[in-house]
Amino acid sequence: MRDIIRMIVVLAILAACGGALLAGVKSSTAEQIEYQQLKFVKGPAILEILEGCSNDPLVDRFKIPDGEVERGFYVGVFDGKANTVVFESFGKGFGGDIGVMVGVNLETDKLLGMGVTTHAETPGLGSRAKDDPSFRAQFKGSSITESFKVKSDGGQIDAVSGATITSQGVCQGVTDSSGFYSKLKPQIIEQAKAFAK
Amino acid sequence: MAKTIVQEFTKGLWEEIPPFRLVLGLCPVLAVTKTVANGVGMGVAATFVLVCSNVLVSMLRNIIPSQVRVPCFIIIIATFVVVVELVMQAFTYPLFLQLGIFIPLIVVNCVILGRAEAFASKNPPVASIADGFGIGVGFTIALGALAGIREAFGAGTISVPFSDTVIQLFGPSFEPFTFMVEAPGAFVCLGLMLAVMNMVGK
Repeated sequence: MRDIIRMIVVLAILAACGGALLAGVKSSTAEQIEYQQLKFVKGPAILEILEGCSNDPLVDRFKIPDGEVERGFYVGVFDGKANTVVFESFGKGFGGDIGVMVGVNLETDKLLGMGVTTHAETPGLGSRAKDDPSFRAQFKGSSITESFKVKSDGGQIDAVSGATITSQGVCQGVTDSSGFYSKLKPQIIEQAKAFAK
Repeated sequence: MAKTIVQEFTKGLWEEIPPFRLVLGLCPVLAVTKTVANGVGMGVAATFVLVCSNVLVSMLRNIIPSQVRVPCFIIIIATFVVVVELVMQAFTYPLFLQLGIFIPLIVVNCVILGRAEAFASKNPPVASIADGFGIGVGFTIALGALAGIREAFGAGTISVPFSDTVIQLFGPSFEPFTFMVEAPGAFVCLGLMLAVMNMVGK
């Protein structure tokens, strides 16, 4: 009987100590892990949109709650003014959700650029929406409040050839982003001010 | 035949070098040695877990009841593996993505459990540190060497561990021998290295 109690006590204490150590490590690395994930998953798209900005948009970020979800915004500082934000939206693609990063100038509401982050589209066809710069360049300079559509739907965007559904998904993602952008704009401007240098 | 601390360390480098002499822990050896950077990264992670688990097991060797020693060892090892996983995620994210499932699988790596059972549970902490460190470094060297051969022939490159640098070994006209970076190539390469080790050792 004493043996059994001893076994239980030793195992329980070991497991508890292990749990405590892990909780400590987890909470102390959480922020760094979030940053790393940003840097390697969303980072390339964000940095490409905000090319030439004088800050690190992956550090200068904030979140705004929007209904049940939290939206992340990344601030780009140009000429000392924090006048650009990048944020993510999702569109329905051929193989699931497509993550679309959209960069918007807060003063003019014009698109600075867009990029695709996560997708599960067909390699070589739909995936070109991410890799082909000429497709992405079509969005640049338009106003965010416009509705984006591919040409076969009567819109203004040339679809990636062989990937109409993907292109529609991207357009829908950009169009949808204007909805929550307009809704949250006052808060975005308020929060972005803090990052001006 | 009590060994000195130095001997406990150096035995892991040749006499008992894990994949070749003990022929233990072959799963990660075969799986992650496509590039030198991955192989050495895996080796360093395993070394950290090995040293930490050896120290703890050795310090607790008189407290842990022998009937439940294996669950106790697994708890200790698993804790350090998750620590390594989190630290890797925080500081070397691309390496973490590359190694993927093989990091959590260090828990069941028989080199580590084997050293806990065969050495640390019977020896004092200082000797256990030396043993764990020696075996770990030996494991890292073995992974690095195997990965070096596979990467050099299979891709014509050598990737420097813990940096983004990739050295091109041969000119642009080099045709990669892709068999070497696939799983069967790992077996063949490991077998050849074992054969050479045995020839030299005799």
